[in-house]
Order: sequence, then C-alpha cells, then structure tokens
Amino acid sequence: MNIELLKKLCLINGTSGDEGKVRDFIISEIKNHCEYSVDPLGNIIAVKKGRSPAKNKVMVSAHMDEVGMIVTSIKSDGTLTLSPVGGIDARVAAGRPVRVGDKDIVGVIGSKAVHNLSADEKKSAPKFSGLYADIGTTDKEASEKLVSLGDRVHFASDFSEFGDGFVKGKAIDDRFGCLVMIELIKSELPYDCTFTFVVQEEVGLRGSRTAAYTVDPQFALVLESTTAADIPLASGEKRCCELGKGAVVSYMDRSTIYDKELYKLSKDTAEDLHIGWQTKTMVAGGNDSGAIHISRGGVRTMAISAPCRYLHSPCCVVKVSDLEDCQKLASAMLEKMCLL
Amino acid sequence: MDLEKTIMSLADTAGVSGDETKAAELALSYLKNYTDDCYIKNGNVIGHLGVKGKKPHVLIDAHIDQIGFVVTYITDDGFLKISNCGGIDRRLLLAQEVTVFGKKPLNGVICAIPPHLESDESKVPEMEDICIDIGMRKEQAEQVVSLGDKVLFSAHCEKMQGDRITGAALDDRCGVASILRALGIVKSYPLQCEVTVLFSTQEEVGERGAKIAAFDIDPDIAIAVDVSFALTSDDSELKCGKMQGGCMIGYSPVLDRELSDTFKKLAEKNKLPYQIEVMSSTTGTNADRFSVNNSGAKAVTLSIPLKYMHTPVEVISLEDVENTAQLIAAYLTEVSA
Repeated sequence: MNIELLKKLCLINGTSGDEGKVRDFIISEIKNHCEYSVDPLGNIIAVKKGRSPAKNKVMVSAHMDEVGMIVTSIKSDGTLTLSPVGGIDARVAAGRPVRVGDKDIVGVIGSKAVHNLSADEKKSAPKFSGLYADIGTTDKEASEKLVSLGDRVHFASDFSEFGDGFVKGKAIDDRFGCLVMIELIKSELPYDCTFTFVVQEEVGLRGSRTAAYTVDPQFALVLESTTAADIPLASGEKRCCELGKGAVVSYMDRSTIYDKELYKLSKDTAEDLHIGWQTKTMVAGGNDSGAIHISRGGVRTMAISAPCRYLHSPCCVVKVSDLEDCQKLASAMLEKMCLL
Repeated sequence: MDLEKTIMSLADTAGVSGDETKAAELALSYLKNYTDDCYIKNGNVIGHLGVKGKKPHVLIDAHIDQIGFVVTYITDDGFLKISNCGGIDRRLLLAQEVTVFGKKPLNGVICAIPPHLESDESKVPEMEDICIDIGMRKEQAEQVVSLGDKVLFSAHCEKMQGDRITGAALDDRCGVASILRALGIVKSYPLQCEVTVLFSTQEEVGERGAKIAAFDIDPDIAIAVDVSFALTSDDSELKCGKMQGGCMIGYSPVLDRELSDTFKKLAEKNKLPYQIEVMSSTTGTNADRFSVNNSGAKAVTLSIPLKYMHTPVEVISLEDVENTAQLIAAYLTEVSA
C-alpha cells in the first residue's frame, strides 16, 4: 500500500464542488497510463486498456470530494460565518485550525471561553449556526480583501501513521478509493476497464450520477470508506464493522441493496484468496452506489469499503492492513466482473 | 529577543499542569539572559534580580503550565480513559488530535459515542465517556503508556493575519514571554529594589505552584501576568476586553487599589494603551494566592487579551504582549527610582 501517495492525496484540499486541485493531481498521476476525459461537472472518466477486451463493461468509481465548509457571510468584526458542505458534526468543527479559500489562509474556528459559558451552554453542543472562522482580521473590509463568499474552508490537520499500523488524517474518505484506482490504472490489467473519479458525493451522490450515465456500464465497483464504531462505547452489532478485520462488503446500506450474486462472489473470492473480509452489522451509511445502481436501466453494483473510525472528521482513522485487503479484493473482483 | 519566536517556541513546548519540566526548562534558558541567579525549585522557575533585601520586594509572575489531560485507565480495547487537568471545554473534544506523553510521545485521537449511535447530536459527551484511540491493543498500550501519563492537544502555533498568533498554550506562555521582554527592556537599567521573577506551575488546577513559591519569595508587591478574555464574535462586550486594546489592568476587591491605580497612571504617562478589567471577587489568577501569602502582599493582575481561551486555537495579538511588557518595564523602572 502506497501510504506516501495516500498522504499526498489526503492533504490536498477539495470539498464538494471544488475538487479541482485533487483532479489536477490525479490526472498528473494517471495521464501516461490511460485515456481520460473530464465531464462538465468535473468527473474524470479514465479508460484503461487491458490485455484483452472485457466481456462486460465495468466501471470502477471513487469520489474525489471531501466534507468541509463554505463561507456564507462576513461579519462586521471580520469573522466568517460558515455552513457545512456534506455531513459534518458541528462538534468536530469547533476548536479547530482551518484553511480558508484557494490561498489557504490560516484561520481558526474558535468558541467563547469555557469560563464564560452558561450552565446550559456547557451542556449543549456547538451548532453550525453559531460557528465562525477567525483569520485574524479586525473588520469586514480587511476580510473582504482576502476572502469571497463561497470560498471553501478546510480542516488543517496532519496526516500521520500511528499505533500498530494505523493512519489518521482528513479526507481518507474517499482519497483512499482514489488511491486504489490510481494504482490499478498504473498496473497492467487483464481486461479493458473504465475508472471514474467523481465529484460531489458528499452533497448527494451527484457526480457519480452523470458519470454512470456517460459510461453506461453493466457492472460497477464502488471503492469507499465506511463508518466503523469499534470503540469502547459501542458494543455488539452497534460497532458496524471493525478495523483490522479486512475489507467491508455490504449487502445493504441506506442508499443501496447490493447485487446479491456479487455480494456472494466477493465473499467467496475473499475466502479463496485469504483476503480479510467482513460485512456491516447495521444498515447504515451510503455511497455512490446509490446513484450508480439505478443509472439508466440499472447497473449491477457492489461496494468495497475500508472500515474507518471518526468518518467525516478532521481525523479519520484507518488500518493499513484493511486498506491492503480492500486493494486485493478490488483487483480480484474487477477481473471476475469483467467476465461474469 | 524576538518576541514572536519566543512566544511560539514557549507555546509549542509541552507543560501540562503537574508536568511542566520541558516548558520550564525552556523558560529558564531564556531567563538566564537576564540573571545568573535563576533555577527551578519544586517545578517553579525562579530568578532573582535587582538588590537583594532592598524594599519593596517585587514579584512578577506568569504561570508556565497549560491545560491538558491525564491517563486514568486502559480499556480492554486498548483505548485510554482520561481526566482533565484544568478547565476543558468538553464541547470541542470530539476527534481532536492529541499527543500522549508515554514512554515516547504517541499520536492519538479523542473519541466518544459515534454520531450514528448518538440519539441527540446536541449532547456534549461526559468526561467519563471520552477516551483516546492510540491504535493499539491493550497489551501493546500497557508497554508504552502508564496511568498518570499526561496528554496534550497536538496543536502548534501559526501566524495569522496582522500580528495575530494562534496556538494551544498561549495561556500563559505569552505572559511568560511578556515578562522576558520586560526584562530585556530594563536590562541596562540598574534596578534599585529586589525583583523576583516566577514562572509558576499548576495554576490551571488551583494556583498551587504560586502558593508554594510565594512562601519562599515573600514579596511586598506581586504582579500576576496572565491572559484574560478578549471579545469574540459569540461573547458579550460586558464580559470581555478588546484585542489590541492593550494590557488589561485588574481592579478587584482582592487586589490593591493603589497598585492598580499606579499601573493605570503609568500606562497614561507612557502613552501605552490599556484597559480596565473589573472583577467583583477573586480573580482566578495567581494574584489570589499572592495577596494572602504569609503576612500578605499588595497584588495586581496584568492580563493579555486572548480569544478562545482553553481551546487548541487560542489567539493573541503581539501588540498586546509588547504593550504589557512595556508596562511591566515602566513599573520596574519607576518602583526602583
């Protein structure tokens, strides 16, 4: 697993609708290994020639965008009001260093001192309506010279390896999927295949919808990360899935009932090849499969996800061994789906 | 000295309450530029200047500790349970990155009940529900972490627009820096009274370092240089000072009115911006300890306005630190005349 490349991908800022920097980087990685085009929404559609034509047209997809925030107004004291882009719990946004706009202006999302909170305020979590970013300016005019409404606000967090083979960082959802696709495109594939690096997953599976229309596949393989709750406060089925147990293949989530045959095939394939495999113990979450499987007349779809703690926070945590299992299973399933 | 670099290096050096050694040693190394007679005693950094035994004996203090956490338990899953050292805002803890000072520094992430299992997203986790993920199994964690190990936010200082700086321990490392800066200003001036500098431990857990140091120092006059609330977008002007409004001179029933007036007049005389901070009882600073130390001392608070206190993203203005240093220097010159 190329963790250095994952780090580079995660540290690029690209909230939904503003994926340009991620797209440019991915294109620089894949351009010598495939034919690609960029559609009107900004999706990259990459066609990779294999050693032989595939029996089925298979589309592999991962999303480039990440959750973040957007500047909605500038207050008279120079601070910036914010709205979340994608599902962010306001509790993970408060008390954070951030970067504002394309110039990555240093900012913070502060909160009034704990000493000055009323008893009721101490007990209630921050809401986005009360959050604002401070870039150090003292009035509206000074901020207006540096920031425009609609500028994106990203978490400024480090990417690092820690503990027993874990990594943490922002945007692992879903730069990890992008990484696996980049590696597949750079490798020699047995059959022709189409890869889509899509935009705007976090705001309603929008990029994947147009990409699936354009590609018009028979089969789709979505590469994602999914919520793992294997922490002390969750037990039994509430853990959903666990780090260290391998690739997550779902039978159903909030967006999709997955193709039953592909689900069984991936389970058998993982077992045959001794690849770590698990499924989710709750019907929770959702991903681009939701848009892809009902594209045109329908697409037989499966998803392989990396179990990820603290999803949609500045500090997602995944285990490298799970990422490797996902990569191996994706490669094996892609080959099988081309011939089904 | 370079004020900005001094503040940033002090604030980026670990010193959670009860475990201030690294920050204290760095502060001591800076203090050595102004006096040879300085040392660490019971964790407190103490430096002697001026004429020993010459009245009044002036104590200038800033606390060297910062808020953080202490490891209390390792769960069967290898997660660390923690308790707070100082006043922590639990509303801001989820998914914060921390450093656990075990056998070696370890990266960790704070977690509580995951959002999909939380029926009420407006709920703030209780301290007992919070733990740290260090990516290890229990047996692995036990090799490198001991109960009692300290934990800090892994934030580091950054420059913002204008002269603003953000970081996690600016409370009260910017106070330490302002005292060092003041000593630099009066360096060539022969102080005619006894001056003791104190960088004290454990302020955040109840001004304990200040208490034991004051017993030895036994000052006549005590100046507690700390931070106070600068107005933030979500707070009230009635409760807060103004950033870039200059040093906040404290007035309180437990402070010495004449001493507060002296600082006010000095600020006016030297054309230094200042603001008055009125507190109706104790001040929540080391001054509360100094005033009732031994037979008592005249005490005052000088506070640097700071936004977002006790979060990993505190913000200060360099100008306020410089103006506070100028005011301290003006006082030392005056009291010594």
